[in-house]
Amino acid sequence: MMNALVPLLVIVPLVGAAITLILGRYPRLQIAISVSALTLVTVCAAVLLAVVDQTSEPIVVKVGGWEPPFGIVLVVDRLSAIMVVVSALMLLGVLIFAVGQGIADRDRDTPVSIFHPTYLILAAGLFDAFIAGDLFNMYVGFEMLLAASYVLLTLGGTGSRIRAGTTYVVVSLVSSLLFLGAIALIYGATGTVTMALLSDRIRELPLDVQVILCAALLIGFAVKAAVFPLSFWLPDSYPTAPAPVTAVFAGLLTKVGVYAIIRTDKLLFFDVPLLIPLLIVGGLTMLIGILGALAQADVKRLLSFTLVSHIGYMIFGVAIGTELATGATIYYIVHHIMVQTALFLVVGLIERVGHSTSITKLGGLLKASPFVAILFFIGALNLGGIPPFSGFLGKIGLFEAGAAAPGPLVYVMIGAGAVTSLLTLYALMRVWNMAFWRPAKDVEGYQSRLLTSLQESPDAVVGTATGVRAAKGTVLGSSKLMVAATTGLVALTLCLTVFAGPLFDLAQRAAGNVATPENYVDSVFPDGVPGSNGTDSGSPGGNP
Amino acid sequence: MSASLTLVVLMAVMYGTGVYVMLEKSLTRILIGFLLVGNATNLLIFMMSGRSGSSPLVGADGVAAEDMVDPLPQVLMLTAIVINFGITAFILALIYRSWWLSNLGDEGDDVLADEDDQDALEQDEAEIFHASLDDDDLAVRHVLEEGAESDDDDDDDPDRPPTTEEPSEQERDVMR
Repeated sequence: MMNALVPLLVIVPLVGAAITLILGRYPRLQIAISVSALTLVTVCAAVLLAVVDQTSEPIVVKVGGWEPPFGIVLVVDRLSAIMVVVSALMLLGVLIFAVGQGIADRDRDTPVSIFHPTYLILAAGLFDAFIAGDLFNMYVGFEMLLAASYVLLTLGGTGSRIRAGTTYVVVSLVSSLLFLGAIALIYGATGTVTMALLSDRIRELPLDVQVILCAALLIGFAVKAAVFPLSFWLPDSYPTAPAPVTAVFAGLLTKVGVYAIIRTDKLLFFDVPLLIPLLIVGGLTMLIGILGALAQADVKRLLSFTLVSHIGYMIFGVAIGTELATGATIYYIVHHIMVQTALFLVVGLIERVGHSTSITKLGGLLKASPFVAILFFIGALNLGGIPPFSGFLGKIGLFEAGAAAPGPLVYVMIGAGAVTSLLTLYALMRVWNMAFWRPAKDVEGYQSRLLTSLQESPDAVVGTATGVRAAKGTVLGSSKLMVAATTGLVALTLCLTVFAGPLFDLAQRAAGNVATPENYVDSVFPDGVPGSNGTDSGSPGGNP
Repeated sequence: MSASLTLVVLMAVMYGTGVYVMLEKSLTRILIGFLLVGNATNLLIFMMSGRSGSSPLVGADGVAAEDMVDPLPQVLMLTAIVINFGITAFILALIYRSWWLSNLGDEGDDVLADEDDQDALEQDEAEIFHASLDDDDLAVRHVLEEGAESDDDDDDDPDRPPTTEEPSEQERDVMR
């Protein structure tokens, strides 16, 4: 019974995508179907999480009845289940926001009939990547979500979006090819792509081969997760998309990369010493990302830079690698998905109210719309890591885990983390001071040292879903639905604070699962791992 | 594990040229580079199947399992080819669109808006499709002719292609 729920996570959005594509001319039906599909997936995922957490055994589904390692397996353990639940909730919230935006833009350009099918395919790819039990299926999941994201990013095909889209598409293509090449090498070295079997066979390889394979995989994932030397594409491509699309990308797409890095590190290459390189890369990601954010006038670009910067915390957690650190990382991922998505939606509201996203042009928003101001304030404090909120709890968890596994570099990293956190707060509070606190009449000719040498966004356009610029004089309002969806997401981030205790315990249990690959391997191969004595498909073992 | 030297050399050459071409600014070259690198990766997967053998058909007479070629890399390749094909189609559309925008400038944005015109919604979908194709053709031909006539000022062209003239700015404001 429970096994039947697992494939549904992928099938339901795919079927929904097909139906919404057929119903392209009936926007209302499209909305109904995509909302109900995502609701169904959310419920399935929640049930799966409850079951997996209770039994602490991963649920394994052999697709088509083929035994692993010949067939494809879908594996839901605590970590996958948590990721699926959180991302399903976010997708649902953002979808409601997008529907609200479509209603608010009630002109002939919206709704775009292609939005709903593409969005659902993105969801399907995302869930597939989370529950994939073999590397190649994970690659297919990645490709599904990337292909959908190409379409969503260039929605409407305006000049600025095509420009931004080109960067994004080319970078993603290269990272996918790296991933595929890494899979080929791993197959050559071990003769399988099933992760559970890989976990067993990789440790038989010489360490230098392991390091090469691990590096090949990690570079591919690091591009997707926007880890420092490979992160420059992100702030150029995300902000031009429509607000809901940016929110989903920011919240979820980079975290798939982080998820994949956790899996690679913990399940496949646990022998490879990754502590030092990951610590350095993570620290640089934090600092360089946040320094980029400080130089931005455009709130969307600023948030994109903080997104890059906070990926560094997760890499920090992965690098330390103890069970405590992994648990804290998982909690931090959940926190960051929610906060980042919510904040981007709030910015979507800001651009509706203030008709700009640049802090040099915004002003008096506190008076104009106090509710949006509250939403932004909560989100900003949360991201900046101010005590009662989950951002603080997540960072404290990470720092504690770091202090428990001491080393000079770890302490440097904790320092870097604290500095990053404070600089995030500074960047966001400057937005607050300028856009919300400053009276609207002061905006003209405002002089402040806070605003000197800020970089404006190259093509700042208040986006509609299609990206077609609204004629002058058209007031883009924000519908109640948009505000409601954003409020819902902000409330969810507050729940992370209120229920921090149980959630942190859950994350720790998930980390316990992840930290012991035997658990994962045994659930895929209950009768023991097939040996290398010719019982497999006659594939070439040994070194390439 | 054995692999044909020809394949290895071919793969290396394809990777090399592919990466080199990808570094160009032009989108079309990036596409060509992507195709080369993508197929080089496919070759890499293919090489991982090891020595050659007979077709891996279950129940084929007189063929022992040891003589069969490893089927899994072929499956992986096939999937990768299909994915690359889809992405190529998308990039081609992207190239077309960016070429369109670079020739029409900001007016390119409006052409799209005209396609789902209010009255057009009532027409047959196939009709709209053909109509927009014809419009595109006309506009493309127009742009090409302009480019042939005068190479100096093809960016800010006062004469818009026939399709874009239909609803003027004021009319569109009224419609809103």
